[in-house]
Amino acid sequence: MNAPSYNFAYLDEQTKRMIRRAILKAIAIPGYQVPFASREMPMPYGWGTGGVQVTAAILGPDDILKVIDQGSDDTTNAISIRKFFGKTAGVATTTLTMEATVIQTRHRIPEAPLHEGQVLVYQVPIPEPLRFLEPRETETRRMHALAEYGLMHVKLYEDIARFGHIATSYAYPVKVNARYVMDPSPTPKFDNPKMDNCAALQLFGAGREKRIYAIPPYTTVVSLDFEDHPFKPYRFDAPCALCGAENSYLDEIVTDDKGGRMFVCSDTDYCEQRQAEGHRGRESAAPHKERAHV
Amino acid sequence: MTTVAELPPGFSDKVLSAQSTFRSVMDALARPGTVQRIAASAGAPEGMMHGTAAIALMLFDHDTPIWLDGAISTSDAAKWLKFHTGAPIIDHPAMAGFALIGDPKNLPALDRFALGSSEYPDRSTTLILQVDSLSRGTAYELHGPGIDGSTLLTASIEPHDLFDRLAVNATLFPRGIDVVLVDGSSIVAIPRTTRLVHGKN
Repeated sequence: MNAPSYNFAYLDEQTKRMIRRAILKAIAIPGYQVPFASREMPMPYGWGTGGVQVTAAILGPDDILKVIDQGSDDTTNAISIRKFFGKTAGVATTTLTMEATVIQTRHRIPEAPLHEGQVLVYQVPIPEPLRFLEPRETETRRMHALAEYGLMHVKLYEDIARFGHIATSYAYPVKVNARYVMDPSPTPKFDNPKMDNCAALQLFGAGREKRIYAIPPYTTVVSLDFEDHPFKPYRFDAPCALCGAENSYLDEIVTDDKGGRMFVCSDTDYCEQRQAEGHRGRESAAPHKERAHV
Repeated sequence: MTTVAELPPGFSDKVLSAQSTFRSVMDALARPGTVQRIAASAGAPEGMMHGTAAIALMLFDHDTPIWLDGAISTSDAAKWLKFHTGAPIIDHPAMAGFALIGDPKNLPALDRFALGSSEYPDRSTTLILQVDSLSRGTAYELHGPGIDGSTLLTASIEPHDLFDRLAVNATLFPRGIDVVLVDGSSIVAIPRTTRLVHGKN
Protein backbone atom coordinates (compact mmCIF):
# COMPACT_ATOMS: atom_id res chain seq x y z
CA MET A 1 0.00 0.00 0.00
CA ASN A 2 2.99 2.26 0.54
CA ALA A 3 4.49 1.26 -2.80
CA PRO A 4 5.75 4.37 -4.56
CA SER A 5 3.57 5.48 -7.44
CA TYR A 6 3.73 8.27 -9.96
CA ASN A 7 1.12 10.81 -10.84
CA PHE A 8 -0.81 9.98 -14.03
CA ALA A 9 1.64 10.34 -16.95
CA TYR A 10 4.58 10.91 -14.57
CA LEU A 11 4.59 14.73 -14.33
CA ASP A 12 3.10 16.56 -11.36
CA GLU A 13 0.04 18.74 -11.94
CA GLN A 14 1.81 22.07 -11.51
CA THR A 15 4.31 21.13 -14.21
CA LYS A 16 1.50 20.00 -16.51
CA ARG A 17 -0.31 23.34 -16.04
CA MET A 18 2.87 25.21 -16.97
CA ILE A 19 3.44 23.05 -20.07
CA ARG A 20 -0.23 23.28 -21.06
CA ARG A 21 -0.12 27.08 -20.91
CA ALA A 22 2.96 27.02 -23.15
CA ILE A 23 1.25 24.67 -25.63
CA LEU A 24 -1.81 26.94 -25.87
CA LYS A 25 0.37 29.98 -26.59
CA ALA A 26 2.37 27.97 -29.11
CA ILE A 27 -0.79 27.06 -31.02
CA ALA A 28 -1.94 30.69 -30.97
CA ILE A 29 1.40 31.89 -32.45
CA PRO A 30 2.30 29.25 -35.08
CA GLY A 31 6.04 28.66 -35.38
CA TYR A 32 7.02 30.88 -32.42
CA GLN A 33 9.18 29.14 -29.81
CA VAL A 34 7.53 29.52 -26.40
CA PRO A 35 9.99 29.25 -23.48
CA PHE A 36 8.92 26.79 -20.78
CA ALA A 37 10.38 25.52 -17.51
CA SER A 38 11.56 22.15 -18.79
CA ARG A 39 11.94 19.51 -16.09
CA GLU A 40 14.49 16.79 -15.54
CA MET A 41 13.08 13.59 -16.96
CA PRO A 42 14.12 10.03 -16.17
CA MET A 43 16.08 9.83 -19.43
CA PRO A 44 19.06 11.74 -20.79
CA TYR A 45 18.80 14.86 -22.92
CA GLY A 46 18.73 13.82 -26.55
CA TRP A 47 16.37 10.95 -25.87
CA GLY A 48 13.26 13.02 -26.26
CA THR A 49 12.82 14.80 -22.93
CA GLY A 50 10.97 17.66 -24.67
CA GLY A 51 8.65 15.39 -26.61
CA VAL A 52 7.98 13.28 -23.53
CA GLN A 53 6.98 16.35 -21.49
CA VAL A 54 4.59 17.53 -24.21
CA THR A 55 3.10 14.05 -24.53
CA ALA A 56 2.75 13.76 -20.74
CA ALA A 57 0.89 17.08 -20.61
CA ILE A 58 -1.66 16.18 -23.29
CA LEU A 59 -2.13 12.44 -22.74
CA GLY A 60 -5.43 11.15 -21.34
CA PRO A 61 -6.58 7.65 -20.40
CA ASP A 62 -8.52 7.25 -23.68
CA ASP A 63 -5.58 8.09 -25.92
CA ILE A 64 -3.82 5.53 -28.09
CA LEU A 65 -0.11 6.25 -28.26
CA LYS A 66 2.34 5.48 -31.04
CA VAL A 67 6.04 6.28 -30.72
CA ILE A 68 8.48 6.21 -33.61
CA ASP A 69 12.21 6.71 -33.85
CA GLN A 70 13.43 7.45 -37.40
CA GLY A 71 10.19 5.93 -38.66
CA SER A 72 10.62 2.74 -36.72
CA ASP A 73 8.29 1.50 -33.97
CA ASP A 74 10.77 -1.03 -32.62
CA THR A 75 14.00 0.78 -31.83
CA THR A 76 15.18 1.27 -28.25
CA ASN A 77 14.06 4.89 -27.96
CA ALA A 78 10.58 4.20 -29.32
CA ILE A 79 10.03 1.12 -27.19
CA SER A 80 11.26 2.70 -23.97
CA ILE A 81 9.07 5.79 -24.37
CA ARG A 82 6.05 3.65 -25.28
CA LYS A 83 6.62 1.51 -22.19
CA PHE A 84 7.16 4.61 -20.06
CA PHE A 85 3.66 5.89 -20.83
CA GLY A 86 2.17 2.40 -20.73
CA LYS A 87 3.46 2.20 -17.18
CA THR A 88 2.89 5.73 -15.86
CA ALA A 89 -0.39 6.51 -17.66
CA GLY A 90 -1.74 3.08 -18.48
CA VAL A 91 -2.60 4.21 -22.01
CA ALA A 92 -3.11 1.83 -24.91
CA THR A 93 -0.24 1.76 -27.36
CA THR A 94 -0.16 0.87 -31.03
CA THR A 95 2.15 0.78 -34.01
CA LEU A 96 -0.64 1.61 -36.48
CA THR A 97 -0.47 5.23 -37.66
CA MET A 98 -4.20 5.27 -38.51
CA GLU A 99 -5.25 4.06 -35.07
CA ALA A 100 -3.09 6.37 -32.92
CA THR A 101 -4.48 9.57 -31.39
CA VAL A 102 -1.09 10.82 -30.18
CA ILE A 103 2.10 10.04 -32.11
CA GLN A 104 5.43 10.97 -30.60
CA THR A 105 8.14 11.05 -33.21
CA ARG A 106 11.87 11.36 -33.42
CA HIS A 107 12.87 12.71 -36.83
CA ARG A 108 10.20 11.33 -39.18
CA ILE A 109 6.63 12.04 -40.18
CA PRO A 110 4.64 8.84 -40.87
CA GLU A 111 3.97 8.05 -44.53
CA ALA A 112 0.25 7.41 -44.01
CA PRO A 113 -1.66 10.69 -44.15
CA LEU A 114 -2.59 12.00 -40.71
CA HIS A 115 -6.20 12.80 -39.97
CA GLU A 116 -8.11 15.35 -37.88
CA GLY A 117 -7.98 14.73 -34.17
CA GLN A 118 -4.47 13.28 -34.25
CA VAL A 119 -1.59 15.04 -32.50
CA LEU A 120 1.97 14.62 -33.74
CA VAL A 121 4.58 15.37 -31.05
CA TYR A 122 8.12 15.97 -32.31
CA GLN A 123 11.29 15.53 -30.25
CA VAL A 124 13.48 18.51 -31.01
CA PRO A 125 17.21 18.77 -30.22
CA ILE A 126 17.86 22.37 -31.34
CA PRO A 127 14.68 24.39 -31.88
CA GLU A 128 16.36 27.58 -33.11
CA PRO A 129 16.85 27.41 -36.90
CA LEU A 130 19.21 30.39 -36.77
CA ARG A 131 21.40 29.04 -33.96
CA PHE A 132 24.28 27.81 -36.14
CA LEU A 133 24.28 31.14 -37.95
CA GLU A 134 23.99 33.34 -34.84
CA PRO A 135 24.90 31.85 -31.46
CA ARG A 136 23.46 34.68 -29.33
CA GLU A 137 19.90 34.09 -28.12
CA THR A 138 19.32 37.85 -27.74
CA GLU A 139 20.17 38.32 -31.43
CA THR A 140 18.13 35.41 -32.81
CA ARG A 141 15.17 36.55 -30.73
CA ARG A 142 15.43 40.01 -32.26
CA MET A 143 15.76 38.51 -35.75
CA HIS A 144 12.50 36.61 -35.19
CA ALA A 145 10.87 39.76 -33.80
CA LEU A 146 11.78 41.68 -36.95
CA ALA A 147 11.19 38.71 -39.28
CA GLU A 148 14.77 39.32 -40.40
CA TYR A 149 15.59 36.03 -42.10
CA GLY A 150 18.08 37.15 -44.74
CA LEU A 151 20.84 35.20 -43.02
CA MET A 152 19.00 31.93 -43.60
CA HIS A 153 18.72 32.67 -47.31
CA VAL A 154 22.44 33.46 -47.38
CA LYS A 155 23.12 30.05 -45.86
CA LEU A 156 21.02 28.32 -48.54
CA TYR A 157 22.70 30.46 -51.21
CA GLU A 158 26.14 29.38 -49.96
CA ASP A 159 25.01 25.79 -50.44
CA ILE A 160 24.24 26.60 -54.07
CA ALA A 161 27.52 28.48 -54.56
CA ARG A 162 29.49 25.54 -53.18
CA PHE A 163 27.59 22.49 -54.34
CA GLY A 164 25.41 23.74 -57.16
CA HIS A 165 22.22 22.90 -55.30
CA ILE A 166 20.74 23.35 -51.81
CA ALA A 167 22.59 20.58 -50.00
CA THR A 168 20.67 20.87 -46.73
CA SER A 169 19.01 17.47 -46.48
CA TYR A 170 17.45 17.45 -43.00
CA ALA A 171 16.22 20.09 -40.54
CA TYR A 172 15.40 22.03 -43.69
CA PRO A 173 14.06 25.45 -42.59
CA VAL A 174 10.39 26.25 -43.17
CA LYS A 175 8.27 29.38 -42.87
CA VAL A 176 5.06 28.88 -40.92
CA ASN A 177 1.91 30.88 -41.66
CA ALA A 178 4.03 33.35 -43.69
CA ARG A 179 5.70 34.67 -40.54
CA TYR A 180 8.10 32.61 -38.43
CA VAL A 181 11.02 30.62 -39.82
CA MET A 182 11.01 27.34 -37.94
CA ASP A 183 13.20 24.28 -37.56
CA PRO A 184 11.11 21.21 -38.38
CA SER A 185 13.48 19.16 -36.14
CA PRO A 186 15.96 16.91 -37.95
CA THR A 187 13.35 15.27 -40.18
CA PRO A 188 14.56 14.54 -43.72
CA LYS A 189 13.46 17.28 -46.11
CA PHE A 190 11.44 14.55 -47.83
CA ASP A 191 8.93 15.04 -44.98
CA ASN A 192 8.64 18.84 -45.25
CA PRO A 193 5.69 18.85 -47.69
CA LYS A 194 3.68 16.69 -45.24
CA MET A 195 3.75 19.52 -42.70
CA ASP A 196 1.95 21.90 -45.04
CA ASN A 197 -1.83 22.07 -44.58
CA CYS A 198 -1.68 18.93 -42.41
CA ALA A 199 -5.00 17.85 -40.85
CA ALA A 200 -3.32 16.92 -37.56
CA LEU A 201 -2.02 19.25 -34.86
CA GLN A 202 1.80 19.30 -34.74
CA LEU A 203 3.55 20.07 -31.43
CA PHE A 204 7.31 20.37 -30.94
CA GLY A 205 9.12 19.95 -27.62
CA ALA A 206 12.79 20.71 -26.95
CA GLY A 207 13.68 19.66 -23.39
CA ARG A 208 17.29 20.76 -23.05
CA GLU A 209 16.64 24.03 -24.88
CA LYS A 210 13.36 24.59 -22.99
CA ARG A 211 11.15 25.52 -25.93
CA ILE A 212 7.73 24.42 -27.19
CA TYR A 213 6.31 25.38 -30.57
CA ALA A 214 3.42 24.30 -32.73
CA ILE A 215 1.78 24.19 -36.13
CA PRO A 216 -2.04 24.19 -35.96
CA PRO A 217 -3.90 22.01 -38.47
CA TYR A 218 -4.42 23.48 -41.96
CA THR A 219 -1.56 25.96 -41.70
CA THR A 220 0.73 26.89 -44.56
CA VAL A 221 4.26 25.59 -44.12
CA VAL A 222 6.64 26.60 -46.90
CA SER A 223 10.18 25.24 -47.30
CA LEU A 224 12.55 28.14 -47.98
CA ASP A 225 14.01 28.18 -51.50
CA PHE A 226 14.82 30.38 -54.48
CA GLU A 227 12.84 30.89 -57.70
CA ASP A 228 15.67 29.39 -59.75
CA HIS A 229 16.46 26.72 -57.14
CA PRO A 230 13.04 25.52 -55.98
CA PHE A 231 12.71 23.19 -53.00
CA LYS A 232 13.06 19.52 -53.98
CA PRO A 233 12.41 16.65 -51.58
CA TYR A 234 15.08 13.95 -51.75
CA ARG A 235 14.72 10.18 -51.72
CA PHE A 236 16.94 7.31 -52.90
CA ASP A 237 16.05 6.40 -56.48
CA ALA A 238 14.86 2.86 -55.76
CA PRO A 239 11.74 0.97 -54.71
CA CYS A 240 11.58 -0.47 -51.19
CA ALA A 241 13.24 -3.92 -51.25
CA LEU A 242 10.53 -5.37 -49.01
CA CYS A 243 7.25 -3.78 -50.11
CA GLY A 244 8.17 -2.22 -53.45
CA ALA A 245 6.94 1.26 -52.45
CA GLU A 246 8.09 3.93 -54.89
CA ASN A 247 7.04 6.95 -52.87
CA SER A 248 8.21 6.30 -49.32
CA TYR A 249 11.35 7.56 -47.59
CA LEU A 250 14.06 4.87 -47.68
CA ASP A 251 16.83 3.74 -45.35
CA GLU A 252 19.97 2.33 -46.91
CA ILE A 253 20.96 -0.97 -45.27
CA VAL A 254 24.44 -2.38 -45.88
CA THR A 255 24.06 -6.17 -46.15
CA ASP A 256 27.66 -7.42 -46.58
CA ASP A 257 31.24 -6.21 -46.95
CA LYS A 258 31.23 -6.47 -50.75
CA GLY A 259 29.17 -3.37 -51.41
CA GLY A 260 25.82 -5.12 -51.14
CA ARG A 261 22.99 -2.93 -49.93
CA MET A 262 19.26 -2.73 -49.88
CA PHE A 263 16.80 0.12 -49.56
CA VAL A 264 13.83 -0.33 -47.27
CA CYS A 265 11.06 1.94 -46.03
CA SER A 266 12.10 3.94 -42.99
CA ASP A 267 8.46 3.86 -41.79
CA THR A 268 8.15 0.27 -40.53
CA ASP A 269 4.39 0.44 -40.00
CA TYR A 270 3.82 1.67 -43.57
CA CYS A 271 6.05 -1.09 -44.95
CA GLU A 272 4.34 -3.82 -42.90
CA GLN A 273 0.89 -2.59 -43.92
CA ARG A 274 1.88 -2.74 -47.58
CA GLN A 275 3.36 -6.22 -47.22
CA ALA A 276 0.17 -7.36 -45.48
CA GLU A 277 -1.76 -6.03 -48.48
CA GLY A 278 0.35 -8.27 -50.73
CA HIS A 279 2.85 -5.74 -52.08
CA ARG A 280 6.24 -7.35 -52.61
CA GLY A 281 9.69 -5.96 -53.31
CA ARG A 282 12.83 -7.48 -54.79
CA GLU A 283 13.60 -9.22 -51.51
CA SER A 284 10.21 -10.44 -50.47
CA ALA A 285 11.14 -11.16 -46.86
CA ALA A 286 13.68 -9.89 -44.38
CA PRO A 287 17.06 -11.71 -44.75
CA HIS A 288 16.77 -13.70 -41.51
CA LYS A 289 13.40 -15.09 -42.58
CA GLU A 290 14.76 -16.32 -45.92
CA ARG A 291 17.26 -18.57 -44.23
CA ALA A 292 14.47 -20.65 -42.72
CA HIS A 293 13.50 -22.33 -46.01
CA VAL A 294 16.93 -23.25 -47.37
CA MET B 1 -19.75 36.11 4.32
CA THR B 2 -19.00 32.73 2.81
CA THR B 3 -16.56 30.53 4.65
CA VAL B 4 -14.14 28.28 2.81
CA ALA B 5 -16.22 25.26 3.77
CA GLU B 6 -19.22 26.73 1.94
CA LEU B 7 -17.37 27.41 -1.31
CA PRO B 8 -18.30 25.26 -4.32
CA PRO B 9 -15.89 22.37 -4.92
CA GLY B 10 -13.13 22.22 -7.56
CA PHE B 11 -12.64 19.37 -10.03
CA SER B 12 -14.11 16.02 -9.01
CA ASP B 13 -10.87 14.39 -10.19
CA LYS B 14 -7.97 16.84 -10.12
CA VAL B 15 -5.81 14.95 -12.59
CA LEU B 16 -8.16 13.54 -15.21
CA SER B 17 -10.67 16.42 -15.15
CA ALA B 18 -7.82 18.87 -15.78
CA GLN B 19 -6.57 16.68 -18.63
CA SER B 20 -9.93 16.41 -20.40
CA THR B 21 -10.56 20.14 -19.94
CA PHE B 22 -7.13 20.89 -21.39
CA ARG B 23 -7.81 18.75 -24.46
CA SER B 24 -11.08 20.62 -25.06
CA VAL B 25 -9.28 23.97 -24.85
CA MET B 26 -6.37 22.72 -26.98
CA ASP B 27 -8.77 21.42 -29.64
CA ALA B 28 -10.67 24.71 -29.50
CA LEU B 29 -7.48 26.71 -30.14
CA ALA B 30 -6.24 24.30 -32.80
CA ARG B 31 -9.62 24.52 -34.59
CA PRO B 32 -10.81 28.10 -34.09
CA GLY B 33 -14.54 28.60 -34.45
CA THR B 34 -15.49 25.01 -33.58
CA VAL B 35 -17.56 24.50 -30.44
CA GLN B 36 -15.88 22.18 -27.93
CA ARG B 37 -17.53 20.78 -24.81
CA ILE B 38 -16.04 20.70 -21.34
CA ALA B 39 -17.30 17.47 -19.83
CA ALA B 40 -15.35 17.41 -16.56
CA SER B 41 -17.48 17.92 -13.48
CA ALA B 42 -16.44 20.90 -11.41
CA GLY B 43 -18.11 23.32 -9.07
CA ALA B 44 -18.50 26.94 -10.13
CA PRO B 45 -19.01 29.97 -7.91
CA GLU B 46 -21.78 32.46 -8.56
CA GLY B 47 -21.02 34.62 -11.58
CA MET B 48 -18.80 32.05 -13.27
CA MET B 49 -20.02 29.56 -15.85
CA HIS B 50 -19.01 25.91 -15.63
CA GLY B 51 -16.61 26.26 -18.58
CA THR B 52 -14.93 29.34 -17.09
CA ALA B 53 -14.49 27.60 -13.74
CA ALA B 54 -13.03 24.46 -15.34
CA ILE B 55 -10.56 26.50 -17.44
CA ALA B 56 -9.51 28.40 -14.30
CA LEU B 57 -8.93 25.18 -12.35
CA MET B 58 -7.01 23.69 -15.26
CA LEU B 59 -4.69 26.63 -16.07
CA PHE B 60 -4.33 28.94 -13.09
CA ASP B 61 -1.79 28.71 -10.28
CA HIS B 62 0.65 30.91 -8.37
CA ASP B 63 2.50 31.68 -11.63
CA THR B 64 -0.49 33.27 -13.38
CA PRO B 65 -1.60 36.75 -12.31
CA ILE B 66 -5.29 37.07 -13.16
CA TRP B 67 -7.58 40.04 -13.62
CA LEU B 68 -11.31 39.88 -12.91
CA ASP B 69 -13.89 42.27 -14.29
CA GLY B 70 -16.53 43.90 -12.11
CA ALA B 71 -19.12 41.16 -12.54
CA ILE B 72 -16.78 38.43 -11.32
CA SER B 73 -14.67 40.21 -8.73
CA THR B 74 -17.65 41.28 -6.60
CA SER B 75 -19.01 37.77 -6.14
CA ASP B 76 -17.55 34.86 -4.21
CA ALA B 77 -15.60 33.97 -7.33
CA ALA B 78 -12.49 35.79 -6.18
CA LYS B 79 -12.44 33.82 -2.94
CA TRP B 80 -13.13 30.58 -4.82
CA LEU B 81 -10.29 31.24 -7.29
CA LYS B 82 -7.89 32.10 -4.51
CA PHE B 83 -8.74 28.95 -2.56
CA HIS B 84 -8.68 26.49 -5.45
CA THR B 85 -5.92 27.91 -7.67
CA GLY B 86 -3.81 30.24 -5.53
CA ALA B 87 -3.52 32.61 -8.47
CA PRO B 88 -2.74 36.22 -7.50
CA ILE B 89 -5.62 38.53 -8.38
CA ILE B 90 -4.30 41.87 -9.64
CA ASP B 91 -5.74 45.31 -10.35
CA HIS B 92 -3.92 46.08 -13.58
CA PRO B 93 -5.09 44.14 -16.63
CA ALA B 94 -1.80 44.98 -18.39
CA MET B 95 -0.01 42.64 -15.97
CA ALA B 96 -2.45 39.75 -16.25
CA GLY B 97 -1.79 36.38 -17.84
CA PHE B 98 -5.52 35.74 -17.95
CA ALA B 99 -8.57 37.96 -17.62
CA LEU B 100 -12.01 36.65 -16.70
CA ILE B 101 -14.82 38.71 -18.20
CA GLY B 102 -18.27 38.06 -16.75
CA ASP B 103 -19.85 41.25 -18.10
CA PRO B 104 -18.53 41.49 -21.66
CA LYS B 105 -20.75 44.51 -22.47
CA ASN B 106 -18.26 46.55 -20.44
CA LEU B 107 -15.15 44.85 -21.80
CA PRO B 108 -12.28 47.33 -21.38
CA ALA B 109 -10.40 48.45 -24.49
CA LEU B 110 -8.13 45.64 -25.64
CA ASP B 111 -4.99 47.77 -25.37
CA ARG B 112 -5.47 47.84 -21.60
CA PHE B 113 -4.46 44.16 -21.55
CA ALA B 114 -0.98 42.77 -22.14
CA LEU B 115 -0.32 42.35 -25.86
CA GLY B 116 3.12 40.77 -25.50
CA SER B 117 6.28 42.20 -27.00
CA SER B 118 7.76 41.56 -30.43
CA GLU B 119 10.46 39.45 -28.79
CA TYR B 120 8.06 37.65 -26.44
CA PRO B 121 4.60 37.71 -28.05
CA ASP B 122 3.55 34.90 -25.68
CA ARG B 123 3.57 37.32 -22.74
CA SER B 124 0.05 38.46 -23.48
CA THR B 125 -3.29 38.29 -21.69
CA THR B 126 -5.69 35.51 -22.66
CA LEU B 127 -9.29 36.70 -22.34
CA ILE B 128 -11.91 34.29 -21.09
CA LEU B 129 -15.19 35.86 -22.08
CA GLN B 130 -18.62 34.63 -20.97
CA VAL B 131 -21.12 35.09 -23.79
CA ASP B 132 -24.89 34.69 -24.26
CA SER B 133 -24.81 31.83 -26.74
CA LEU B 134 -22.45 29.83 -28.92
CA SER B 135 -25.26 28.09 -30.82
CA ARG B 136 -27.52 30.90 -32.06
CA GLY B 137 -27.20 34.53 -33.01
CA THR B 138 -25.04 36.22 -35.60
CA ALA B 139 -23.10 34.08 -38.10
CA TYR B 140 -19.41 34.90 -38.31
CA GLU B 141 -17.31 33.45 -41.12
CA LEU B 142 -13.77 32.85 -39.95
CA HIS B 143 -10.50 31.85 -41.58
CA GLY B 144 -6.91 31.40 -40.50
CA PRO B 145 -4.57 28.67 -39.23
CA GLY B 146 -6.49 25.69 -37.87
CA ILE B 147 -9.39 26.28 -40.24
CA ASP B 148 -9.73 24.29 -43.48
CA GLY B 149 -10.79 27.09 -45.81
CA SER B 150 -13.37 28.92 -43.73
CA THR B 151 -15.80 28.03 -40.96
CA LEU B 152 -19.04 29.46 -39.64
CA LEU B 153 -19.45 30.40 -36.01
CA THR B 154 -22.99 31.18 -34.92
CA ALA B 155 -22.90 33.06 -31.67
CA SER B 156 -24.46 35.82 -29.69
CA ILE B 157 -21.50 37.83 -28.45
CA GLU B 158 -21.22 41.02 -26.46
CA PRO B 159 -19.63 43.38 -27.23
CA HIS B 160 -21.17 43.30 -30.71
CA ASP B 161 -18.01 44.73 -32.23
CA LEU B 162 -15.71 42.14 -30.65
CA PHE B 163 -14.38 40.97 -33.99
CA ASP B 164 -13.83 44.55 -35.14
CA ARG B 165 -11.84 45.16 -31.98
CA LEU B 166 -9.88 41.95 -32.55
CA ALA B 167 -8.82 43.28 -35.96
CA VAL B 168 -5.84 44.81 -34.12
CA ASN B 169 -4.49 41.25 -33.97
CA ALA B 170 -3.85 41.42 -37.72
CA THR B 171 -1.89 44.67 -37.38
CA LEU B 172 0.00 43.67 -34.25
CA PHE B 173 0.83 40.07 -35.13
CA PRO B 174 2.73 38.25 -33.66
CA ARG B 175 1.64 40.36 -30.68
CA GLY B 176 -2.02 40.14 -29.85
CA ILE B 177 -4.86 38.87 -27.69
CA ASP B 178 -6.22 35.33 -27.64
CA VAL B 179 -9.85 34.91 -26.65
CA VAL B 180 -11.79 31.95 -25.32
CA LEU B 181 -15.58 32.37 -25.50
CA VAL B 182 -17.58 30.44 -22.91
CA ASP B 183 -21.28 29.60 -22.88
CA GLY B 184 -22.02 27.17 -20.05
CA SER B 185 -19.98 24.07 -20.86
CA SER B 186 -19.36 25.06 -24.49
CA ILE B 187 -16.24 26.92 -25.54
CA VAL B 188 -14.93 28.48 -28.75
CA ALA B 189 -11.41 29.85 -29.08
CA ILE B 190 -10.42 32.80 -31.23
CA PRO B 191 -6.60 32.86 -31.26
CA ARG B 192 -4.81 35.96 -32.55
CA THR B 193 -4.38 34.38 -36.00
CA THR B 194 -8.12 34.04 -36.70
CA ARG B 195 -9.67 36.59 -39.07
CA LEU B 196 -13.18 37.48 -40.10
CA VAL B 197 -13.96 36.82 -43.77
CA HIS B 198 -15.04 40.29 -44.80
CA GLY B 199 -18.31 41.39 -46.32
CA LYS B 200 -20.23 38.26 -45.40
CA ASN B 201 -21.71 38.57 -41.92
